Amino acid sequence: MANVTFPRKAFEKEVKLTPQVIERIPFFSTPLESLTPDEIELEIFPDRPDLLSMQGYLRGLKAFLGKETGLKEYKTKSSGEKLKVDKSLPKEWPYAYACIVKNLKFDDDRIKEIIDLQEKLGATLLRRRKKGGLGLYPLEKITFPITFKGLDPNKINFRPLEGPKELTGRQILSRHPTGRAYGHLVEDWPKFPIFVDAKGVIMSMPPIINSHEVGKIDETTTSVFLEVTGTDPLTLQKALSIMVTTLADLGGTIETIECTQQTGEKQNIPDLTPQKNKLSLENTNKLLGLDLKEKDLAPLLAKMGHDYKNGSVKSPAWRTDILHEVDLIEDVAIAYGYDTFVPQIPDISTVGQEDPQEVFHTRLANLLTGLNLTELNTFHLIKLEEADRMGTKDTIETEESKTDYKLLRSDLLTPALRILQENKNADYPQNLFEIGTVFEKAGGVGRRSEQGAMRRNSKQAHEAPFGGGDTSSETGVKETEILQITLTPSNFTEAKQHLDTLFQALDLHYDLEETEHEHLVPGRTGLIKVDNTEIGHIGEAHPRILKAWGLKFPVASITLNLDELFKLIKG
Amino acid sequence: MSKELQKIAQQLSPLERSIVPHLEKPLPEIKKETGLDQTSISRALQFLQNKGLLEIKKTTEKTIQLGTNGLYYKKNHLPERRLTTALETKNHQPIQEAKKATKLSDNEFKAALGVLQKKALLQLKNGKLSLQASKEELSKKTLEEQFIDTLPLPEKDLAPEQTLAYETLKKRKEMVETKETAQTSFTLTDSGKELLANPKLLTETKDLIEDITTDVIKTWNRNKQLRAYDIHAPVPKLHASKRHFVNQAIEYGKRIWLDLGFEEMTGPKVDSSFWVFDALFTAQDHPVRDLQDTFFIKDVQAELPKKETTTKVKQAHETGIAGSKGWQYSWSPEEAKRPALRPHTTNLSARTLAKLKPEDLPKKFFTINKDFRNETVDWSHGFEFYQTEGIVVHPDITLRDLLGYLKLYYKKMGFENIRFTPAYFPYTEPSVEIHVYHPEKKTWLEFGGAGMFRPEVTAPLFGKPIPVLAWGQGFDRTIMDAHQIKDLREMYSNNLNQLRSKKIWLT
Repeated sequence: MANVTFPRKAFEKEVKLTPQVIERIPFFSTPLESLTPDEIELEIFPDRPDLLSMQGYLRGLKAFLGKETGLKEYKTKSSGEKLKVDKSLPKEWPYAYACIVKNLKFDDDRIKEIIDLQEKLGATLLRRRKKGGLGLYPLEKITFPITFKGLDPNKINFRPLEGPKELTGRQILSRHPTGRAYGHLVEDWPKFPIFVDAKGVIMSMPPIINSHEVGKIDETTTSVFLEVTGTDPLTLQKALSIMVTTLADLGGTIETIECTQQTGEKQNIPDLTPQKNKLSLENTNKLLGLDLKEKDLAPLLAKMGHDYKNGSVKSPAWRTDILHEVDLIEDVAIAYGYDTFVPQIPDISTVGQEDPQEVFHTRLANLLTGLNLTELNTFHLIKLEEADRMGTKDTIETEESKTDYKLLRSDLLTPALRILQENKNADYPQNLFEIGTVFEKAGGVGRRSEQGAMRRNSKQAHEAPFGGGDTSSETGVKETEILQITLTPSNFTEAKQHLDTLFQALDLHYDLEETEHEHLVPGRTGLIKVDNTEIGHIGEAHPRILKAWGLKFPVASITLNLDELFKLIKG
Repeated sequence: MSKELQKIAQQLSPLERSIVPHLEKPLPEIKKETGLDQTSISRALQFLQNKGLLEIKKTTEKTIQLGTNGLYYKKNHLPERRLTTALETKNHQPIQEAKKATKLSDNEFKAALGVLQKKALLQLKNGKLSLQASKEELSKKTLEEQFIDTLPLPEKDLAPEQTLAYETLKKRKEMVETKETAQTSFTLTDSGKELLANPKLLTETKDLIEDITTDVIKTWNRNKQLRAYDIHAPVPKLHASKRHFVNQAIEYGKRIWLDLGFEEMTGPKVDSSFWVFDALFTAQDHPVRDLQDTFFIKDVQAELPKKETTTKVKQAHETGIAGSKGWQYSWSPEEAKRPALRPHTTNLSARTLAKLKPEDLPKKFFTINKDFRNETVDWSHGFEFYQTEGIVVHPDITLRDLLGYLKLYYKKMGFENIRFTPAYFPYTEPSVEIHVYHPEKKTWLEFGGAGMFRPEVTAPLFGKPIPVLAWGQGFDRTIMDAHQIKDLREMYSNNLNQLRSKKIWLT
């Protein structure tokens, strides 16, 4: 997601921001984030990097509003200059494309806009420079032909942009701010990519930084050398086209450079030849539910910057988002106006079906509220110290969580005790229940957890045709639906009363077997079994754990594996 | 005598009745005469006030009493007294020696020096301490000492010299403290006075029946009379246990989809990147696949589904499928094996689509379930949230049908004024954003995303391209609106007082 901010005054020289225009802006697929007397801020979706510059945006918006519609073409002529991509490059960074733009007039604002676009393209289309980097140079400072090649980073020596002095390629990574920001991309490469001109001057070290001497544009610059390097030819050429057409919209004239890749392939760059794709009226109407006529397509597509003729669409070279006919059909829909579509409910008859186990959960929950238990709905993630307090081992950890909640819960007693701890000021008794998912690593060696005790019995969780079933062998994580009943102040007797009532209502008979559980008091803990299937535990929470949570009253607990219970009930 | 007063007399409970005859006396006497405890008397007075018979006046009074240090010094003498006593035994003592003799701590000794110097009773010269006052003068109790002896005292009754002592002692640590005590008194209203003037009223209504006991029922006849209650009197709180309010809303949301003929999908919350991203045509270098945005799981590896599906998804990404150009990069099976806490429930839609056969159509599916994103927590963001997901699979389904379902769903959730704007998601085209108009903020708020699955999604999973309507709507925002919750954190706090007092979902 990228937001762009354009100066309102310059914007309104091209398109006046009347209430009608403001109202249309979100319907052009660009949400209006804010509008102040000085600035307009818009969200640009990642499929349209060509809208990241004000020139590109206005080009698109004008067409959408019905002014200057259709395919916009840019003239190019050959500069006669050459770029050679050398085989010495690191294999991670093999491609380079370049061109020239002349007759530019820069001032501070313009330079800022261009650098802004360069940064935005680098951040989005070029994936934080992982896919590629763009550079601009004053044309008069360099001598053709240019070579793009690889060099030992310790032999690279130049003064990086805005740096105080010459540094080696390696030093730049640690001593220059941009080097520190993007150094991780190149640090392991045996050679670093550099641009060198005909006189042997190092122009830049992509995708990190330009040379201060020859790679810095200022108000006196009127012609620029523009390059893009990286990993993916298609994306690189799109990025260059977006940059070059923005400069052309600023009054520049485009001149091509003959670029020779490592394979020997030669191309005149930029190649702004429109993309050609087919579009079927029938498919369009079928997908959108409209009744457009052939004659409607050309004006609609023209509003999105395309030319349409006889089932064929010509689209700008810089559009990155046209992978399939549906992408053009969406443009037809946007031009038609999302607010013009008449919503309808189709005449399709199907039978509604709640997941059978979910139905069972709801029935259980209603029964439990009848027993005067309050339902909780807690996070699936718990804190490290909470797992420590419970003595939980073998936890599943998330990577780089931004909060203290880092572990997937393996029981529901942990969150229940958290809630008791946080609600000491609420009236007692606090009798609670929760139905939810708990997690453990699939095939892990079982500590005696809620699920672990039951693992040897677990087959398919349930057989609803579009239910999840047991996917643990595929995902690596076993998920189990369980019921946790937590009563305080309470004791074993009260818990067993609840269990009796529950099983009577389920019309099931259970047996208790003496057992031990890390959270419960030995001698007051029962393993709950139905027909020899272990389905849960009942007992009093151990004072050691209550103390660790700072709780003052005794807690009784029932844990039931609902996946197993549901199987038993279904028979 | 007014009818009103007669009615009041009938409503008098036994408790009230027991204190009414004593109402002309002061409170302590009432307590003594009735033998009732303070709480019962307070309640009786409150009820009588509700009936308009008297008016309760509550005043608070500040009492000055000794603090922790004050209590100690009252017993063991103030530091300054201990110092003068020590110096009286031996005047002109070196300062350290004097300190030792007093057995005071550093701070206490400093305080003692300060007090005595301020009163010009002591001189420090050449490291020696000398008393500057006569024995007689010293033997008198100081203002502070006198004050300490007289405590506790009501603050309003202080004499001028006591105020002075109080001000001085207040500056010293925990010497004195003030305690607020509530004083209750009452005055009879005109009705109250009238009632007392007519004791007959009380005796006449004395034998009204209080509780309807089994005996009362058995022996009931027309001459018996039941006491009237003050139906406005407050009663003790009762807690009704409920489903969690979020789950109540989910129940409602589910019913909307079930009524429309949708089948419920369930499935893994931790799923492979394959089902969460790759099957949904999200390129492997897409920023959503960064640790920054999605919770990936440490030390766990997932497996890929059957080869047929995997191969086609790979093809969709690399060179395209069903007329698409694809993303044009080299797709990594290893990347697809990284398990993540699903950032959307769309993994269930993808899994469902992969299970569907052409002869099953038409089909509609939904789920309302949890999603996870690696976010910090604030009033509008959390790392867990609910989404309602839906897909409709049918060869002739269109964008207008998508808008129809969404409009109907939001109408049933109570939002009439919604709009659709274009949007972008890697797996849908066309894509739609749903905005709900917020009448207070006078602005459109984004509530969810939707679209029609791209052929790059449907072709590998279903075997051929098929129109599929798909949506994932944030569910929490609608619940917040229904319960007027301004902060998302409140939704998941499980504050028991709140859970107990929340209104139930009524539709």
